[in-house]
Amino acid sequence: MKIGYYPGCSLHGMAIDFGKSTEATCEALGIELEEIPGWSCCGASAAHSTNHLLGLALPARNLSLAEEAGFRSVAAPCAMCSNSMKKTHELILSDKETAAEVARITRREYRGGVTVLNAIQIFLEYGLDELAKRVVLPLKGLRVACYYGCLLTRPPDLLKFDDAEQPVLMDEVCKAVGTEPVEWGFKTECCGAGFSMSRTDLVCELTRRILENAVNNGAEAVVVACPMCHSNLDMRQANINKMFGTEFNIPIVYVTELVGLAIGVKPKKLGMRKHFVDAMRLTKRLSAEPQEEVARAS
Amino acid sequence: MRFSIDSEQLESGAVKRVEEMIQQSPSVCYQCGKCSAGCPVHYLMDIPPNVVIRLLQMGQTDRVLESRTIWVCASCNTCSTRCPKEFKIAECMDALRELALATGKDTPSEKDIKLFHREFLKSTRRFGKVHEASLAAFYKLKSRHFFADVGAGIKMFFKGKIRPIPHRVKGVREIRQMFEAAGYGQKVEQ
Repeated sequence: MKIGYYPGCSLHGMAIDFGKSTEATCEALGIELEEIPGWSCCGASAAHSTNHLLGLALPARNLSLAEEAGFRSVAAPCAMCSNSMKKTHELILSDKETAAEVARITRREYRGGVTVLNAIQIFLEYGLDELAKRVVLPLKGLRVACYYGCLLTRPPDLLKFDDAEQPVLMDEVCKAVGTEPVEWGFKTECCGAGFSMSRTDLVCELTRRILENAVNNGAEAVVVACPMCHSNLDMRQANINKMFGTEFNIPIVYVTELVGLAIGVKPKKLGMRKHFVDAMRLTKRLSAEPQEEVARAS
Repeated sequence: MRFSIDSEQLESGAVKRVEEMIQQSPSVCYQCGKCSAGCPVHYLMDIPPNVVIRLLQMGQTDRVLESRTIWVCASCNTCSTRCPKEFKIAECMDALRELALATGKDTPSEKDIKLFHREFLKSTRRFGKVHEASLAAFYKLKSRHFFADVGAGIKMFFKGKIRPIPHRVKGVREIRQMFEAAGYGQKVEQ
């Protein structure tokens, strides 16, 4: 399986662990990722918040580049990137006026031939049964809270991924690799996203509620598929503890890291040492078991 | 709060402009309040989301453009997802922010949020991609929050999460031209 790869700005910087784990896990699964030549930033919240045309044109450029390079599907693990590319794709296809306006700005044409995949969809495309067969070191019995945040599912009419209020697809991926997703109430609550630097107080308040709910429902780790969710829950955990006198110490892992661990990729290759809250302790939970038993258990 | 209808705003002013941008009219809203009930940052807003829409229905655009609400909105889209009338409230907030900047009516508070957006796009324009390290540095210098997150920054550096040298996209000129063509940063007369 060969697909286009749009790492976006953060997977080469702040979320290098997300980038490394995506690349290493895909490689282990035999999914060939090929970077879109000449890709640029999707503009993120800053673009759509201050200039709606720029917010469409920046992702549109990347879609055109992917189409020109002959990719039918593109993996964009960052939830912000996949969100803006999916939205732009839908709007260009459904509204001719917008499409013309965007084409005027980008000076490129986009015919709509690219399917954008978020981090979870990479595994869904691969097939969950296939994935379960590849598990060699299941994190057996590890209770995880699957945190979807905003960008994976909303707005539902444009993103067309899972249920916007009660999503389950990340839970399915986590089950396939041997962990036990918990039921909890904050799957799709907002973490404050891009306000991490400009309104740290807001981010800490929102993430405190999320962590509290995850811990109260018995989660031993929170699984995410978005660089902003990760940095707000992982890096900001120290700020939250200081601000609210709490004692959170819960590892936040990318779904790509969790899958990678379970199929036997080395934690170092997944970038798991780069977290703020120690995630290496999870590797102690890895149990080498014959594959058949895992298959029977699931 | 006093309400009165400003028909000029409704027919040719900011409300008209918002309608064009989101291709929907705020008049569909029947004030159920679900958007405000589910909003995670409601507690920081000076005008709740449903009242923003009510004010737009009345043509009271200045009060909306000058509000803090439009800036603390995190674009999480919970409101749009739950709206029984399928009004795109989050997109409406985008349109209002854009209009507030273009008309210069934006509130003098929430400077940091606006500064961060601006610096983010400056980085995009300069390199074609965002360079996080210089973005953070410029943001800190200009917001004068010199010491916030210094510890976290140092930790990130040693964990290899900071790329010190920016990488410039080939043909970055094309991206700069897109900023021009989209009319980024242009003011409008009102």
